[in-house]
Amino acid sequence: MKYFARRLFHATLLLLAVSIFSFAILQLTPGDFFAPMGLNPQISSRTIAGLRSQHDLDRPLPARYGHWLWGVLKGDLGRSFAYNSPVTRLLAVRARNTLLLTGTAMLLAWLIAIPLGMWSAVHRGKWGDRAAGVMTSGLLAIPDLVLFLVLLLAAVRTGWFPTGGMVSASFSDLNAWNKGKDLAEHLFLPALGLAIATLPTLLRHVRSAMIEVLEAPFIQAARAHGIAERRVLFRYALPVAANPLISLFGFSVGTMLSASLLVEVILSWPGIGPLLVDAILAKDVYVVIGAVMLSSILLVAGNLFADVLLFAIDPRIRVE
Amino acid sequence: MKRGLKPDTNRTEPLLRIAGLSKHYVQQRTFSRAEFTVNAFQDVDVELFRGKTLALVGESGAGKSSLARCIALLERPSAGKIELESEDLLALNRKALFRIRRQIQMIFQEPVSALNPRLNACEIIAEPLAIQREGTQLQQRERALQLMEQVGLDAKWERKLPFEFSGGQRQRLAIARALALRPSVLILDEALSNLDASNQALILELLAQLQVSHSLAYLHISHDLRLVSQFADEVAVMYESRIVERKKTHDLFASPEHLYTKELLATVHSVESILLERSA
Repeated sequence: MKYFARRLFHATLLLLAVSIFSFAILQLTPGDFFAPMGLNPQISSRTIAGLRSQHDLDRPLPARYGHWLWGVLKGDLGRSFAYNSPVTRLLAVRARNTLLLTGTAMLLAWLIAIPLGMWSAVHRGKWGDRAAGVMTSGLLAIPDLVLFLVLLLAAVRTGWFPTGGMVSASFSDLNAWNKGKDLAEHLFLPALGLAIATLPTLLRHVRSAMIEVLEAPFIQAARAHGIAERRVLFRYALPVAANPLISLFGFSVGTMLSASLLVEVILSWPGIGPLLVDAILAKDVYVVIGAVMLSSILLVAGNLFADVLLFAIDPRIRVE
Repeated sequence: MKRGLKPDTNRTEPLLRIAGLSKHYVQQRTFSRAEFTVNAFQDVDVELFRGKTLALVGESGAGKSSLARCIALLERPSAGKIELESEDLLALNRKALFRIRRQIQMIFQEPVSALNPRLNACEIIAEPLAIQREGTQLQQRERALQLMEQVGLDAKWERKLPFEFSGGQRQRLAIARALALRPSVLILDEALSNLDASNQALILELLAQLQVSHSLAYLHISHDLRLVSQFADEVAVMYESRIVERKKTHDLFASPEHLYTKELLATVHSVESILLERSA
C-alpha cells in the first residue's frame, strides 16, 4: 500500500510540474487571445482592455496560476475564450472521442503484436520471422506523418472509408445498429493508422521477451520432461514473458497519445488533438493547459495501471 | 531388453552408451547464400554406468553443453548413437521418446532461471509428474513433499516461490525436480559452478548420497577439474569439440597424456601449491 501511496505522490508532483511549465511557456509566447482584435479598427483598445481584465489576463502570472489551481481543486479548469464555455465540458467530449480511438487502436495493436511476436519468436531465423523483421524495420523508418497521409490518400482514392469526422451527417436519423456501423466505419482508418504506428515497437518487444524466456533453462527442463510445445508456449513462456510486456503497455499509452494527436488532426477525428492545435494557434490558454493536463493524466494513469497489474500478477514485486 | 538388470551384469554392461556422436550446426552468411558448418562436438564415445560418475571437463566452447543437450534429448545429434540399456533412443517414435525422457534428467548451471518463477516449490517438483501424467494431483503433491525432505528442504516451505530460496536451496529444488520421475541418468551441466564453496560441498555430498540410494549414473560436466575430480570415477577431457582423453580419475592425475590435460592439471597443481605456501 505504501508503494501505491508513493506512486500517487510522485504522479501528483509530476502533474503540478507539468501545469507550472505549461503556464510559464504560454506566458513566454508573444500576444494573447485578444491581441488580434487590436488589428480591427472598430474595436477600441478600452474594450480589449476590459475583456482582458474580465478574463484575469491583466493579473500577474503567479496570481493567475494560483487562481487556476484553486479552481482545479474544485473541479473547474477555467473557461475557453473562443468557445465561451467551461474547459471541463469541452474536454469531456473530446477526451471520450480520443479514448475511443486510442483504446481501439491499442486493442488492435496488441491483438496483432502478441500472436505475431510469439510466432516470430518460435520461428526465429526462418523466412517468416525475417520478413516480419524487415516489415517492422520499414514501419519504424516511416515517419508517422507520412504513414497517416498515405492512409488518407488511399481512403480518398478508393472511397472505401469515410475520411473525416466521427459520424456521418445523417447519424441522428439512423437506428442503433446502423449508428454503431457508421461509427465503426469512421473509426477504422484512424485506429488502423495508430495501431500500425505503434505495432513495430510492440512486436519487437513481444518477440524478444518470448525468445529470452524460451531459452531459459526452466523451459529446457520442462522439455526434458516431455512437455508439449503448445503448452510450453502458453502455460510457461507467455506468463513469464508478460512482465516486461505489461511495463511496455504503460509506456505505450504515452506513445499512443502523442501519435493520436497527429492522426486526429490529419484524419479529422474530433479528439483532443485538433482542439489542442486550434487552442494553441488562438492562444486559448486554459484549453491548452486543460488538454495538456488531460494527456498527462492519461499517461500517468496508464503507467499506474501497468504497475497495479504487475503488482497483482507478480508475487516477487508484492513481496518487495 | 528388460529394465532392472542382474546385479553382476551391472559392472560390465553400460547403462547409457554413446557412440560416434556428433553435432554440427549449418549456418548461412547474412548477405550471401554461402553455408558453413560449426562443429559443436565430433565422434564422442562415452559410457555411463549405474552408480558411477563420469566427469566431462573442458574449456568453455568445447561443446560440453551441446553434448549434454543432445544426451538429454533436447536436441537431435547429427550423427551417432545414444543407447539406454541397449535401446536406440534416436530411433524411437514420439510416444516412446515421451516415455523414455523420464530416464534422463538434467540439472542446470543457473538455479535462478532453471525454475519457473511463477510456480511454488511444490508445483515445481510435481511439474514433471504432471507432464508425464503420473498419479493424481494428491499423489503428485505427496511425492513432491517427500522429495523436498530427501534433498534437505523443509516440507513446510512448499508454498514458497523460487526467489524466496537461497542459491543452494534452489539447486536442491532443481535436484528434487530432476528426481521426481525416478531417472537412471542425471546430467549435471555445471550444476555447482554458480554456488559458493560451502554450498558446493553440501550439494556434492547430497549428490553422492542420492547416487548411492538411487543407483544413479551421473554425467558431471564442468570446466573445473579440481571440483569434478572429487567424486568422479572416470574423467573425460574435451578439447576443441573432441574427447581427447578418458581415464579413471586416479590414472588421469597420475599419468596425463594429452597436452591440454597436462595444462589443466598444471593449473590445478599451481593453485594447490599456492594455497600450501600460504598456509605454511
